[in-house]
Amino acid sequence: MSKPFVFVSRVPPPRGMELIEEFCTVKAMRDDRFITRQEMLEGVVGVEGILCHPPDKVDKEVLDIAGKSLKSVSTMSVGLEHIDLTECKARGISVGYTPGVLTDATAETTVSLLLATSRRLKEAFSAVVDGGWGTWENGLYLCGKTLLESTVGIVGLGRIGLAVAKRLQPFGVQKFLYSGNTKKEWASEINAEFVSFERLLGESDFVIACCSMNKDNMGLFNKSAFSKMKNNAIFINTSRGVLVNQEDLYDALKLGTILAAGLDVTSPEPLPREHPLHTLKNCVITPHIGSATVYARNAMAELAAKNLIAGLKGKRLPSPVPQ
Amino acid sequence: MSNRRPKVYVTRRVPPDGLEILRPHCEITQWDSEKPVPRAELIRQIAGKDALFCLLTDKIDGEVLNAAGPQLKCIGTMSVGYDHIDMTECRERNIPVGFTPDVLTNATAELTVGLLLATSRRLIEASQSVREGGWGTWDPCWMLGHGLDGSTVGVVGLGRIGMAVARRLAPFGVKRFLYSGHSPKNEANEIGAEFVDFDDLLSNSDFVLGCCALTKENQGLFDKDAFSKMKSNAIFVNTSRGGLVNQTDLYQALVNHQIAAAGLDVTSPEPLPTDSPLLTLKNCVILPHIGSATEMARGAMSALTGRNILSFLRGEEMPCRIK
Repeated sequence: MSKPFVFVSRVPPPRGMELIEEFCTVKAMRDDRFITRQEMLEGVVGVEGILCHPPDKVDKEVLDIAGKSLKSVSTMSVGLEHIDLTECKARGISVGYTPGVLTDATAETTVSLLLATSRRLKEAFSAVVDGGWGTWENGLYLCGKTLLESTVGIVGLGRIGLAVAKRLQPFGVQKFLYSGNTKKEWASEINAEFVSFERLLGESDFVIACCSMNKDNMGLFNKSAFSKMKNNAIFINTSRGVLVNQEDLYDALKLGTILAAGLDVTSPEPLPREHPLHTLKNCVITPHIGSATVYARNAMAELAAKNLIAGLKGKRLPSPVPQ
Repeated sequence: MSNRRPKVYVTRRVPPDGLEILRPHCEITQWDSEKPVPRAELIRQIAGKDALFCLLTDKIDGEVLNAAGPQLKCIGTMSVGYDHIDMTECRERNIPVGFTPDVLTNATAELTVGLLLATSRRLIEASQSVREGGWGTWDPCWMLGHGLDGSTVGVVGLGRIGMAVARRLAPFGVKRFLYSGHSPKNEANEIGAEFVDFDDLLSNSDFVLGCCALTKENQGLFDKDAFSKMKSNAIFVNTSRGGLVNQTDLYQALVNHQIAAAGLDVTSPEPLPTDSPLLTLKNCVILPHIGSATEMARGAMSALTGRNILSFLRGEEMPCRIK
């Protein structure tokens, strides 16, 4: 029997690619760059499986062009906004994703970004490089904000939110608050209190966005939200750029409505170099490196490959998307 | 204490906490600047003073003590290190010196973890690439770092700060804590840390942390020999004293990929000259000695220094006196 024919929109790390090449005939984009829409449409013609990641859109048009042979879609991500899940379900196409294996890496990035923002590491490093350190040896003017005795508000206490909270605990956080659609039983692991979004904003010293994106929460963090925050509060977003109204964030940072922000995600990505957020000392931006560890990426690749192959075989996926 | 109010000289603009303690009882003269007091000015102003409130950037030696005169009763340094003070001279003249241990432990441990993560997860490099245009769209293999999950962490010097760092690292999934020093510590049991010799720590650790005090014996402890024993994926972090590290050997170790990366909050000298070769390396993160730079810690350090001085002037024990 011939190997199933699949399209890979970007070659994944070895642990994934080896599995896929063993089981499938692969057409892969091997260039070290993002795939264009045109390349996607050309690549998927007549395939049985697609391995992709955000922002490669797998929408009705892609599914139509792939044709009836398409059985299995697998994304190397936990985000799903690039895939039309309804259409896939309607056509009986299995869809797999990679939660869990990237939780630790992403939680670690979130804490890393929080500390880099609160302790002003970007400014500090610049002072070393450009000689600012020479004029005030002691760095008295780089005093930052501490987690000790603070209130931390997590917007979206999912896997990643919980993992972030657990990592913040030994820094002496006094209180954890969380908001979302429903209470979570695991909140008791960190003694977190379920509160309204408004109350979380009003009481938190650190506001951390860990929620997934949906049509209801785009632009959740806007002028109104920032105005409810404490003016010495720090905002961290490692979930999705579109949760934030970036113009409103810029104003909030510039005017001192909030103290500082750390973003691992923006809209668009990459954020153009001329974007005003880059000019602010109190805004740290990293290029979506949430899950960027060797271990996590290989684990994601392996899981994505297994999801893809299970779908091609008509078997239960190790990690199907929620129904 | 005579009827006149004692005269105190303060060598810098400091957080008000200490001054508020002294002001009701003392006559304060202050070098009210963010920059260190010039030596000639210090010598001029200390004449006739009863107490000195100084910082680690002020060299307090025989010449300064002579200039003060025999009525100088005590010194309070707003630091935990005291290598800037000639303790032999002070003891000979019966001048007690107060310092500020403990109140800066949390802030320093927090910064150490922040620096470790900024180094291991390449945060500075990543955020710079954002400004420089190196950010394409999400790429599975770009800017990968080393996660703490499943790692072995070696703490060289499990004192107050070393323990506080280890507690903060534990929930990141560290598999094993090792530590080295003169003797085992009971507190190590709290995190299950194993006491090993220095060489074993170096060869087994994925993260090596310099947290020990600087002594005559351990100057240049981290040298060519030490780096050659470390793993090639190891991350080295030093937040104790610059003198622990042979910086030329560190540069070579980084350039030759003997170790993966280094993060330093302390250097020799401080400030580090802007043409230091270490600053040319992407895998070396240097901060301008901001370990204790939070308002909370600096305020507490100022207050404790004020209390150290006032207590002694009133004929009481100093809360924290250098033995």
